[in-house]
Amino acid sequence: MNKISLVARREFLTRVQKKTFLLTTIGVPILIFAFYALIIFFSVKSTDNFKIAVSDKANVFNGEINNKKSSDLIFEFVKDDTAVLQTKLEQKEYDAYLYVPATYSITGTTTDSLQFRSAKTVGIMTREKIESRISKTLEEKRLMAMNISKTQLDSIQNQKETITFSSSSGKTENQAKVGLSYGVGFVSGFMIYIILFIYGTMVMRGVVEEKVSRIAEVIISSVKPFQLMMGKIIGIGAVGLLQFIIWGVLIFAIQLLIPVLFPQLFEQMQSQPVQPGMMAAAETAKQSGALSGIMAGLNEINFPLIIGCFIFYFLGGYFMYASLFAAVGSAANEDMQDAQSLLLPIMMPIIFAIVIMMQAVNNPNGSLAVFGSLFPLTSPIVMMARVAHGIPDGVTVFQLILSMVFLILGFFGTTWLAAKIYRTGILMYGKKVTWKELWKWAVKKN
Amino acid sequence: MSKILELQALRKYYATQKAVDDISFSIEKGSIFGLLGPNGAGKTTLLRMITGIFYPDMGEIILDGKKFDPLNDIQLIGYMPEERGLYKKMKIGEQALYLAQLKGLSKAEAMEKIKFWFKKLEMETWWNKKVEDLSKGMSQKLQFVTTVLHEPKLIILDEPFSGLDPLNANLIKDEIFGLAKRGSTIIFSTHRMEQVEEICDHIILMNLGKKVLDGSVSGIKQSFKENKFSIKVQGDNINASSQAFSVLEDKSDGYILKINEGFKSNDILTHFLQQGVIVEAFNEILPSLNEIFIRLVEGSNARTRSFQQVD
Repeated sequence: MNKISLVARREFLTRVQKKTFLLTTIGVPILIFAFYALIIFFSVKSTDNFKIAVSDKANVFNGEINNKKSSDLIFEFVKDDTAVLQTKLEQKEYDAYLYVPATYSITGTTTDSLQFRSAKTVGIMTREKIESRISKTLEEKRLMAMNISKTQLDSIQNQKETITFSSSSGKTENQAKVGLSYGVGFVSGFMIYIILFIYGTMVMRGVVEEKVSRIAEVIISSVKPFQLMMGKIIGIGAVGLLQFIIWGVLIFAIQLLIPVLFPQLFEQMQSQPVQPGMMAAAETAKQSGALSGIMAGLNEINFPLIIGCFIFYFLGGYFMYASLFAAVGSAANEDMQDAQSLLLPIMMPIIFAIVIMMQAVNNPNGSLAVFGSLFPLTSPIVMMARVAHGIPDGVTVFQLILSMVFLILGFFGTTWLAAKIYRTGILMYGKKVTWKELWKWAVKKN
Repeated sequence: MSKILELQALRKYYATQKAVDDISFSIEKGSIFGLLGPNGAGKTTLLRMITGIFYPDMGEIILDGKKFDPLNDIQLIGYMPEERGLYKKMKIGEQALYLAQLKGLSKAEAMEKIKFWFKKLEMETWWNKKVEDLSKGMSQKLQFVTTVLHEPKLIILDEPFSGLDPLNANLIKDEIFGLAKRGSTIIFSTHRMEQVEEICDHIILMNLGKKVLDGSVSGIKQSFKENKFSIKVQGDNINASSQAFSVLEDKSDGYILKINEGFKSNDILTHFLQQGVIVEAFNEILPSLNEIFIRLVEGSNARTRSFQQVD
């Protein structure tokens, strides 16, 4: 036991003391932050006013285009002809002009089209905005032409169906909560998937390194192969845990810092929605009171349960797979290519799990999801998707406990098998090993 | 003298090979013991069983009077395998400390011993260097220190001199003698016979998983002697034909002779002295271990040990 902790300490310290650890651990959140900052910066910056001259010869707009407040599009009605507009465009008096031919009719009996000409190429977002503004205005005009008044139109648009979704437990489901559960389940499942890969391969590389540098036998003569393997797995697991804690704290801190560091930016973001899509979403959210729904949904999601399960499945999944990765590493030679081909059977269930997880976030009680969340090789990823939906909507307490027990048993199973492969493989040099041979090592006595 | 290690009918079969097949021998405390054998004779497998890395299929290992317990007796053994290495990126001092702690030393004890050995072998300046900065000979020295640091009762060295220049080899050799004098027992595995002759008290020779030879170096040489003598003589018209011996080689300043059955070495001397020839040197030619080794191993299929069926 003492030796396992010695090995684990070395594995932990040598990795944590490396410069690359500091770089990735501190660098990744900063990179994410910088990425967000760039997005925000560019979306805020693109609010230059875009001035459009409208020459409405057919008078379809009646001197008014659905002008929203705080918009960066400015429509200005003029009487000029195209030739005059063209020169004005060249003189940069306007950014673009819209010419409506005199023969144009909103009922669509003519084949004439609106002419839009800009000084520079118009970006896709601006183009979409212009298009939607114009077509929306014309749509209203058409409706009014059919004797539907503006107030009638508004009342139709403001009427929304309210359907109450509820589960068998009788609890009313908040629509926003379901969406959030989906997101939380997906993200946490995906994170465990990434953890299994990153830290699993880290374990494998460590084992290969020990084998290639020929230190394995020196160490094995003072510690049991099992102790060496477990020490390595625990040490690297601790590195992973530390890394995640640092990331969590940093991301949390940075998010708190943003409004403090950039107060004006924050205000701008609130007053000026970032993207048309988001703008629309925010608007509808405000209208239907969904924002408060989201807040309520956040409160309804059982975060202590999710965080607890995440840590359990993170550790359980890692420990179960890490020993398998170690076994593969022990069978590999100098040539990492060998290891790659041996890795495939380990990667299959992980990839399979992510596929099931994508179904489980939508349908947490489907039979595939239930199976995937109980089967230990897939449960760390799949169960997160179900747990996000809460108890008992996503998963029953019984299934959760059963899954945890299976995972612990799975961990003992894979570790037992892997340890036997490892103790043979770590001292085997110069031989290309197949899975058939690994299996033989695993089941043979001693 | 008591025995430090006793092997009784030790056996380890692999799927396609009898790697170690019924080997028994014992080693006295404080002796330097040579384990010889051609490549693939089963030496490494045998050593791995003694160090607890492999479990024997059959047979018994008695270490220091008790049944060998791989979990707890590891501290009594220092093993430098042939496939050796160190963590390349780790600092040398930390590495030595780590390996010593793995052997069961406390941190303070380990530090004290590392300082002692580093000073002794003039390695003090290495502490903060990394192994990748060391030459092969230097890392070999470090490897040796980490093997003997915890003062094990039984030290097992597999080809300890490979890659060392004569100076450093002598340095290590002196340390080996010193360790033996202080009571450690050394098992020394190699196929460099001249080193064995120089260092070892007792040897066994393995071939094809079996023990072929077991005895003290001088005893083995005696038992393999062919009654050959070399004599250096000075004089003219020497008559070198006698009933007592036959001439194997006629050199410019003497002869290589083989005594015939029923005669003694004195009969050779008498023969030459009677002629009034001056005998400058006379000595028995004992076979070198190298010759014995080759004689015993050649002819067996050791060089290309074929895979055999084990049932």
